[in-house]
Amino acid sequence: MESVIFYLFSAVLVASSLAVITVRNPVHAVLFLVLAFFTCAAIWLMMEAEFLAITLVLVYVGAVMVLFLFVVMMLDINISVLREGFVKNAYVGVPVALIVLLELIAVVGRKEFGLEQMPAPVRHAADYSNTKELGRVLYTDYVYAFELAAVVLVVAIIAAIILTMRRRPNTKVQNIGEQVAVRRDDRVRIVKMASEKKNDGSAT
Amino acid sequence: MVNFEIPNFVPALPEIFVLTMACVILIFDLFIKDNDRIVTFVLAIGTLVGAMMLTISLSETGRVLTFNDMFVSDPMGNVLKVFIYLVTAVVFIYSRQYLKQRGLFKGEYFVLGLFGVLGMMVMVSAHSMLTLYMGLELLSLSLYAMVAFQRDSLSATEAAMKYFVLGALASGMLLYGMSMLYGVAGTLDIAGISAVVAQSPNNIILLLGLAFVVVGLAFKLGAVPFHMWVPDVYQGAPTPVTMYIGAAPKIAAFAMVMRLLVEGLGDLHGHWQTMLVVLAILSIVIGNVVAIAQTNLKRMLAYSTISHVGFILLGILAGTENGYSASMFYVVVYALTSMGAFGMIIVLSRAGFEADNIDDFKGLNERSPWLAAMMMILMFSMAGVPPTVGFYAKLSVLQSIVQVDLVWLAVTAVVFSVVGAFYYLRIIKTMYFDKPEDTAKIEAGMDMRIVISLNSLGMLALGIFPAALMQWCIVVM
Repeated sequence: MESVIFYLFSAVLVASSLAVITVRNPVHAVLFLVLAFFTCAAIWLMMEAEFLAITLVLVYVGAVMVLFLFVVMMLDINISVLREGFVKNAYVGVPVALIVLLELIAVVGRKEFGLEQMPAPVRHAADYSNTKELGRVLYTDYVYAFELAAVVLVVAIIAAIILTMRRRPNTKVQNIGEQVAVRRDDRVRIVKMASEKKNDGSAT
Repeated sequence: MVNFEIPNFVPALPEIFVLTMACVILIFDLFIKDNDRIVTFVLAIGTLVGAMMLTISLSETGRVLTFNDMFVSDPMGNVLKVFIYLVTAVVFIYSRQYLKQRGLFKGEYFVLGLFGVLGMMVMVSAHSMLTLYMGLELLSLSLYAMVAFQRDSLSATEAAMKYFVLGALASGMLLYGMSMLYGVAGTLDIAGISAVVAQSPNNIILLLGLAFVVVGLAFKLGAVPFHMWVPDVYQGAPTPVTMYIGAAPKIAAFAMVMRLLVEGLGDLHGHWQTMLVVLAILSIVIGNVVAIAQTNLKRMLAYSTISHVGFILLGILAGTENGYSASMFYVVVYALTSMGAFGMIIVLSRAGFEADNIDDFKGLNERSPWLAAMMMILMFSMAGVPPTVGFYAKLSVLQSIVQVDLVWLAVTAVVFSVVGAFYYLRIIKTMYFDKPEDTAKIEAGMDMRIVISLNSLGMLALGIFPAALMQWCIVVM
C-alpha cells in the first residue's frame, strides 16, 4: 500500500516538474511548481520528515510561490523573446547536458547509492516527534550555525533597504495631521466687494 | 529531557564583539546627523581595534574547539584574523574621503564592512562545513551589497549583478561538493571527514565531492578558468569596495582552502594537487599575459590578482608545511600590497574624477615625487623585485615547490612573472618618463598620505626584515 502511494506521488511529482519547464504560460508553470512542491511535501511526510514537509507547504507554497505568482502576473514577460535561439543553442546544450548526466550516473549510481549500500532506516515509534528532535538540536548542538543564519538574514535586510530606499525630495505626500488640523480660515477667504452690474454678456 | 551544556563562549569573544558592535553601530547611526557621520567611522575602526586586542589576548590558549566542535580557535586562525582586522581598518581609512566626495559616506557602508569581517572570521574559525558555508555566505552577501552601493552608477550595478549571479553559482558548486562529502562521511565536522577520508581514500564519491569543492573554491578565489567575474567586478565596483574585495577576502579564502582541502581532505592530496596545478598554471599564464593588454588600472590589477592567486595555490599544492606557511605569507603580503595600489587610485581621484586609467598616472613624478616613489615601491613589490617583500613572498613559494620536485612548475611560474613584470614596470615608466596630462592638484588629505606612505614603506621594510612575519607563518602551521 505504502509503495503504491509512493509511486503515485512520485509520478505526479515527475510529471508536474516536467510541466513546469514545458508549458508555455508562465502562470501555469508556477502553478505546476506549486503542485510539485506539494507532492514533494507528501513524499517527505512518508519519510517521517513531517516538520520539513509542513515547512515546505507553509513557506514555499504559502509564501514564496504566491509571491512568485504575483511577480509573474505583474511582469508582462514575452515568452517568444525568451525562447529565441532555443533550437540553435539546443544543438550544443542538449549533448553537453546528456554527457554530464551520464557522467554523474556513472559516478553516483547504484554502485555507491544503491539499496544494498544504503539500508532502509529503522522506523520510529508512533510517539516519535521529528519536530521536537529538530528543535532539540537546533538550539543546542547547532546554536552557532543557527545564530549565523540569523546574522545572514539581518545582512540581507540591511542590503535590501540600502539598495532600494532613497529619499526623493519632490514626491507628493499627504500629511494627515495637517489635513485634519486645517481650519476654515486657512482655506477659505471671504472677499468683500461691490456688486457688479450685469453687462448683458457682451463684455469681452 | 534536553541534555545541554552551555558552550564555552570565550574563544568566540572576538566574533561576539564584532557582531554586537556592528548591530550597535547600525542603530546608533540612525540617530546621528549627516555632518557627524565621522562618529560611525571612528566606531567602526574602534571595533576592529577592539577585536584585534581580543584576538591577541586569546592567542595564548592554543587550539580550542567549542560550540559542539563547530568553531575552532587556533594560532593560524588568530594570525589571519589579526591581518583581516588590519586590512579592513586601513580600507576604511582609505574609503572615507572617496565616499565623502561622492555622497556615499553612509553608516551602512561600514556596517556591511563589519558584517563582512564577521563572515571572514567565521570562515577562518570554521570547523564544520556548515559554519564554513555560513561564513562564506555572510561575507558574500555583504560584498554584493557593497558593490551595488553606488546605485546611480550603471557599471557598479552591472558588476554587482554579475558578482551575485556567478557567486551564487559558485556557492551551488561548493554546496553540491559538500553534500557529496557529507553523503560519504555522514558528518559535517572537518575532523570527522578527515577520519573517513583516511579510511577510504579512493572512494569515488569523495573524489566527485572534491572536484566540486575545488571548483567552488576556485570560483571564490578567482582562479582561471573560473575568473570571468574578477575583472568586471574590480572595474565596476567603487574603488574602496574593490580594495576591500581584493584584500581581506583573499585571506579568508586562503583559510577556507586550508580548512577544507588540507585539514578535511588532506589524505586526498594526490588528487587535489593535480587539480590545483592546472588552476595555478592557467592563472599565472592568463593573468599575466592578459594584464599586459589593459589600459584601465583597476582591470589590470584584477588580472594581476588572478596571477597572484596562482602563486598562492602553488604554495598550497606543495602539500608541505613549508608550502602552507609560504602561501600564508604570500596571501598576507599580497593583501597589504594590493591595498596600497588601490589606495593610490583613491589618493589621485577627486570628486567627479576617477584616476583609474594608466594614463592618469602619467608624469606623477612631476606632480608629486613622494607619491610616485610610493607607487614605485608598491609596483616593485607586486612584480617581485628585491628588496621589496613581494620578492621574498615569491621566493618562498617557489622554494616550497622546488622542494617537492616540481621544478618545471617553478620555472613556468618564474618565466611568467617576468612577463608580468612588464606591466608593473610600464606604470613606473609612465610615472617617471611621460609628461603629465592631468595637472590638477592632488586633493588627498594628510591622513591618506600618511597611510599610503606607511603602507608602501611597510612593504619595503617587510622586504628587508621578512623574518618576523615569516616566523609567524611557520609557527602557526
